[in-house]
Amino acid sequence: MSIDIAVIDYGMGNLRSVSKAIEHVAPGCSVVVTGDPVQVASARRVVFPGQGAMPDCMREMEARGLRQALLDAARDKPFLGICIGLQMLFEHSEEGDTPGLGLLPGRVRRFPAERMKTSGGEKLKVPHMGWNEVEQVPHALWAGIPDRSRFYFVHSYYPEPADAGLVAGWSAYPFRFACAAARANVFAVQFHPEKSHVAGLRLLANFVAWQPAA
Amino acid sequence: MGLAKRIIPCLDVTAGRVVKGVNFVELKDAGDPVEIARRYDEQGADELTFLDITASSDDRDLILHIIEAVASQVFIPLTVGGGVRAVEDVRRLLNAGADKVSINTSAVQNPQLVADASGRYGSQCIVVAVDAKRVPGDGPLRWEVYTHGGRRATGLDALEWGRKMQALGAGEILLTSMDRDGTRIGFDLELTSAFSSALDIPVIASGGVGNLDHLADGVTIGHADAVLAASIFHYGEFTVRQAKEHMARRGIEVRL
Repeated sequence: MSIDIAVIDYGMGNLRSVSKAIEHVAPGCSVVVTGDPVQVASARRVVFPGQGAMPDCMREMEARGLRQALLDAARDKPFLGICIGLQMLFEHSEEGDTPGLGLLPGRVRRFPAERMKTSGGEKLKVPHMGWNEVEQVPHALWAGIPDRSRFYFVHSYYPEPADAGLVAGWSAYPFRFACAAARANVFAVQFHPEKSHVAGLRLLANFVAWQPAA
Repeated sequence: MGLAKRIIPCLDVTAGRVVKGVNFVELKDAGDPVEIARRYDEQGADELTFLDITASSDDRDLILHIIEAVASQVFIPLTVGGGVRAVEDVRRLLNAGADKVSINTSAVQNPQLVADASGRYGSQCIVVAVDAKRVPGDGPLRWEVYTHGGRRATGLDALEWGRKMQALGAGEILLTSMDRDGTRIGFDLELTSAFSSALDIPVIASGGVGNLDHLADGVTIGHADAVLAASIFHYGEFTVRQAKEHMARRGIEVRL
């Protein structure tokens, strides 16, 4: 059986939400949750989610022999990273001083305690948890989603791409940070589209239909 | 503009039905959980919290089926609490489609559970529910932690407990005032504010909401990151959207 969409399972957290949401927007597609590099290689599209701590995620991903399969998929298939799945694409994370896959240049940083205040002086909590606005940088995956729509976030670390040209979306908490990154066939988001109601489902539907330029 | 304050309808579930009690007792039937979850989702709820208040273990597995059904139709964060005793319970709830799991009595009995569960699945999915009751007296305000659905005093100071839970890896605190729950006279704003300023993780205010100003007060005076209510939504008094519009008029940033 051919696989339309592989949701990468490396044993970290709940992938049910991701697969359910994709099945919901792509009823005719075969969606497989898998940690098997062979299945990942045979899939047309790859979704790379993640929850938990970056060092554990990297370790579990390596332990399942998925590094090469991910690097291969990210070379030419429509590829969607979500949350830790976005963070793992970068070169390095401050969380546990962990090297990432290095597919995208840049680092992942922790929200610094000394900056977590509103302009009015009110304390901001970490994790950044809840619905925040996303300022879009034009991309096919934003089609039909009004700019500054809110998406659901829950994270304590954020990406800092080395190249501003990689940024596909911005959010602010309280300072502006990149919450989406894109290059060729790769798109990755810090928020959770599978938990972001209408806007999130539309983004997933756009991913399922996405034909990146070769 | 930035992060929106969240409105979270809470569904107390027992024997497969949503119920609502007054001061944790006298349960009244409020409907089918899947139907109610869908209605709140359509009204713009930011999250949903399900508390399994089943007293016997006979009905315990029912909540898993309910969460599975809701998670396949409702694409917003779902928190589930009640009867979580082991990391294995956390795993089963997450696999059923919960995004966060709320731990209450078991955190008091075994604080290591909070550390183990957040270590395994991440702080982002571990909520510690604190049921707090004012300690009478003339000294500085103090609250005590209660467990077993509010029936058992623990002797623990609620604020100290909250700090300890944060240190052990809780990602969020669901803070219920036992004095206010079911009274409809508003949150215990002093309790909410004390928690919010003492902790670095988000605090959800709960217990006592009777009108829309109470929700807004929870944010503006209590400094809550999210507000939780049950009865004002269950009986159709207000929709979630009306609550959000009211909060927006009070100058609070919400997702509309």
